[in-house]
Amino acid sequence: MSLVFAGVCSHAPGITGRAHLADPASKDAFHAEFHALGDALAKAKPDALIVIAAEHFANFFMDNMPAYAIGMADHYDGPIEDPGWLGIAKTRVPGNAALSLRLIRSVMNEVDVAFAEEWKLDHGIMVPLHFLTPTYELPVIPVNINCQGPPLTPLTRAWAFGAALRTACDAVPQRIAIVGTGGISHWPATPDSGKINEAWDREFLARWQRNDRAALLDYTDESTYRDAGQGGFEIRTFIAVAAAARGRGTIRHYAPIPIFSVGCTVGTMDVA
Amino acid sequence: MSLYQTQKFLYHLNRDPAVQQRYRDDLPALLAHYELTDEERDAILAGDIGKLYVLGANGQLLMHFAALLGMPWADYLEAMRDGVRRHGPVRAGIYAMTTSTDEKVAGV
Repeated sequence: MSLVFAGVCSHAPGITGRAHLADPASKDAFHAEFHALGDALAKAKPDALIVIAAEHFANFFMDNMPAYAIGMADHYDGPIEDPGWLGIAKTRVPGNAALSLRLIRSVMNEVDVAFAEEWKLDHGIMVPLHFLTPTYELPVIPVNINCQGPPLTPLTRAWAFGAALRTACDAVPQRIAIVGTGGISHWPATPDSGKINEAWDREFLARWQRNDRAALLDYTDESTYRDAGQGGFEIRTFIAVAAAARGRGTIRHYAPIPIFSVGCTVGTMDVA
Repeated sequence: MSLYQTQKFLYHLNRDPAVQQRYRDDLPALLAHYELTDEERDAILAGDIGKLYVLGANGQLLMHFAALLGMPWADYLEAMRDGVRRHGPVRAGIYAMTTSTDEKVAGV
């Protein structure tokens, strides 16, 4: 059928794992918008959800690091982390291997994507699913862009990857939703955890809402590392969604919550 | 320095319950499978999060080792700051500290 929904969100493990340490009003406002994104997703009646994530060494490591990978299994287990630490119980999430195969074959025409018939979901996907599909009934297709182990794929390729996903979605009979998830500026898992460059975030999100390809790609890894930390490398997931959706975006929530280590973001983008 | 091997050990430890069991049963034997320097091996044996941070371990790997050691979040952050106090700035990788050792950005 086609792409029927596009969105973006944060995924920091503190959003669930350290929820009790956050200011309750800030946390509740963010969690409510996160759940609302799930409601909007459900209204689009998708048959499957593609989550474009930036995983953190749950499946892929520097011995053989793919720039891009797509899951191709009928189920995925997660979270790989300690459930007490993350605040999310271990579960099995349905996939759709046949649909993955069709999408992967299509994407391969444009981008040399790796595939994975086994995939352990980490917080990068489990935190979004916890809010978006809390009963874990919607089949998920995990997608990864390497944002952790340099050298990292250029932003221009992240755009091309998102565009290739769109072409692939439009060629299958199912209704597909796509959600990209990443930090914007953040310095996670370092002593700087909680540092957030709000001005940088708001500028990036403004470019994303305009779906301004040239402006979105006008970052270097050097400038991102300096201004937005290593967590900023995850803008690749937002860029891929913009390329896939083609429309204008709406940021429904943005607020720095330091104990979550990130400017907490929820957004949707028109599919055009 | 063999940061790659240190991180490979942490990667295996984080994702594989069988490796976690070997970690508990006989850590020196487990570490024999990795080409570590004495400095790296000693830091792992001691559970020295601060030293491993200074050696350049990626925080996305290191924070789970800290959790395995039973370290609460605030203690994990402080252990990294303490490592920088004791051993100087982070020597490799992309997880260098940009704040000062007496700063607590998120209040912990």
